Amino acid sequence: MLNADTAVRVSGLRKQYGDVDAVSGVDIDIRRGEVFALLGPNGAGKTTTVEILEGYRRRDGGTVEVLGEDPQRAGRAWRARIGIVLQLASEAEATELTVREMVRHFAGFYPRPKDPDEVIGLVGLTAKARSRIHQLSGGQLRRLDVALGIVGSPELMFLDEPTTGFDPEARRQFWTLIEDLSGSGTTILLTTHYLDEAEALADRVAVISGGRIRATGPPADLGGRAARAASVSWQDGDGRRSMRTDEPTRVVAELGARYGGEVPGLTVTRPTLEDIYLELIGSAQ
Amino acid sequence: MSAMAERSATLPRAPGGDGAVEAALPGPWRAGLARAGIELKTFFRDKQSVAFVFSLPAVLLVLLGSIFRGMAAGHGMTVGTLFAAGLIGGGIASTSFQYLGIGIATERDRGMLKRLRGTPMPAAAYFIGKTGLVLVCTVTETVLLIAVGMLIDNLHLPTAPGRWWTFTWVFLLGTVCFSLLGIAISSLPKSARSATAVVMMPLTVLQFISGVYVPATLVPTWLRDVASFFPLKWICQALRSVFLPQQAVVLEPAGSWEHGHTALVLLAWIVIGLVLCLTTFRWRSSRDG
Repeated sequence: MLNADTAVRVSGLRKQYGDVDAVSGVDIDIRRGEVFALLGPNGAGKTTTVEILEGYRRRDGGTVEVLGEDPQRAGRAWRARIGIVLQLASEAEATELTVREMVRHFAGFYPRPKDPDEVIGLVGLTAKARSRIHQLSGGQLRRLDVALGIVGSPELMFLDEPTTGFDPEARRQFWTLIEDLSGSGTTILLTTHYLDEAEALADRVAVISGGRIRATGPPADLGGRAARAASVSWQDGDGRRSMRTDEPTRVVAELGARYGGEVPGLTVTRPTLEDIYLELIGSAQ
Repeated sequence: MSAMAERSATLPRAPGGDGAVEAALPGPWRAGLARAGIELKTFFRDKQSVAFVFSLPAVLLVLLGSIFRGMAAGHGMTVGTLFAAGLIGGGIASTSFQYLGIGIATERDRGMLKRLRGTPMPAAAYFIGKTGLVLVCTVTETVLLIAVGMLIDNLHLPTAPGRWWTFTWVFLLGTVCFSLLGIAISSLPKSARSATAVVMMPLTVLQFISGVYVPATLVPTWLRDVASFFPLKWICQALRSVFLPQQAVVLEPAGSWEHGHTALVLLAWIVIGLVLCLTTFRWRSSRDG
């Protein structure tokens, strides 16, 4: 039974397209109020997983509960509680409607919508509220996507690669918007292939690659203790020597004693999150 | 986006309980009327497309009337009247079958259908909205064609109530029939780009063999037989019974207006269209897996 504090519970999720395993045994738990990032390269199974949780796709195996219901069987009342920002859906909006008309129209589908003008303000489109949608830039369209996703006051938001194609400034603005949403109590499941985005926004990250979860945890702990061991390296008579250790200070002290002073070419490094991520997704290939 | 930080304090908390959600969900009619409003706004704001779409059948009426003027139909009617009746039938088919077939295929390919499916909008609301669009467009097109017909070639509005009754049921059954078939064919094109060709091909063929662009009497018998399996021929035939003098019935290949047959064929195609819609309609494009 689903705990009241759990927004999403996925266990042993499998999905095949023909003979290809898109998702093979994914487990995810997301707590209410959490920002959870599904991080992985293109083709890792992020969108397939999220679209199963959104109720768009049927799974081939495993169990899925989203806000206490199975998305495959959930009805309109359930859809009123989630908000969806699809991957690159901007093309859908090549229309003669204005931003305000579109947001008001979508608000009308929900039992407890936010004020459309307030939502337009939240995504920073107030100046464009009366513009025809086909006149918006790519970044503005993406903000409209988000406005349509949040106008129904969702408890849980799905954002599939929301900032792909953004310039750095637009991405920063977008992050602030997500932080605001999270601050108001919305649970957020975000997919991204940008490491810095996951690091900046997510309480917890799951690294997915080849249809499997390779690691889950807060961005700072990703990959576990072993992956974070320091690497001590120095110049020996025969060439470069290197060793991984949890106690670099002791190793350096021993080296100092052995060389009787300065250790030639000494460096002590720790892997960056990027190193850990690349190692995690590399292990899939 | 500087407004964002200021506004964040006013963001309402996400609702927790779900007790009242079901009751407060907007029903299919309310959502459907909202969809119809959006469909009409979207359609009529594209002024260029509206102008050409509506004027094409009227231009054809003038054009065909002039081309075939030499072969006066006799029996107290003009060729213009003959074409007006056929083109009204063709117009009904265009504004329902063509608009829905191409429109839905495009919305599906661009992800608009998928997006709507992700909201609590009742599925019926989408179709209510399309019905509103088709009704407004079909009525507009028909009024325009009758007006042009009256202007150029003395098309006379029928006075007998029986003829208006025929017009009403043929118009309604014909529109429903071609709307359902339009929704059904929208699943065939694999992309928005191919939608126009996929939808226009069968429609244009039907229009040529069913007495829209070419008088039925000029169509070879075997093609007429093919046409009689499809609804458009019957719609045009019934519309001729509405707008042509009674003695024109001798020009009908069957020698009769066959209203009973017409109703049966249209009802049969409505059932076929409905079954096709229910079994083939998809909210996602085929490229979307």
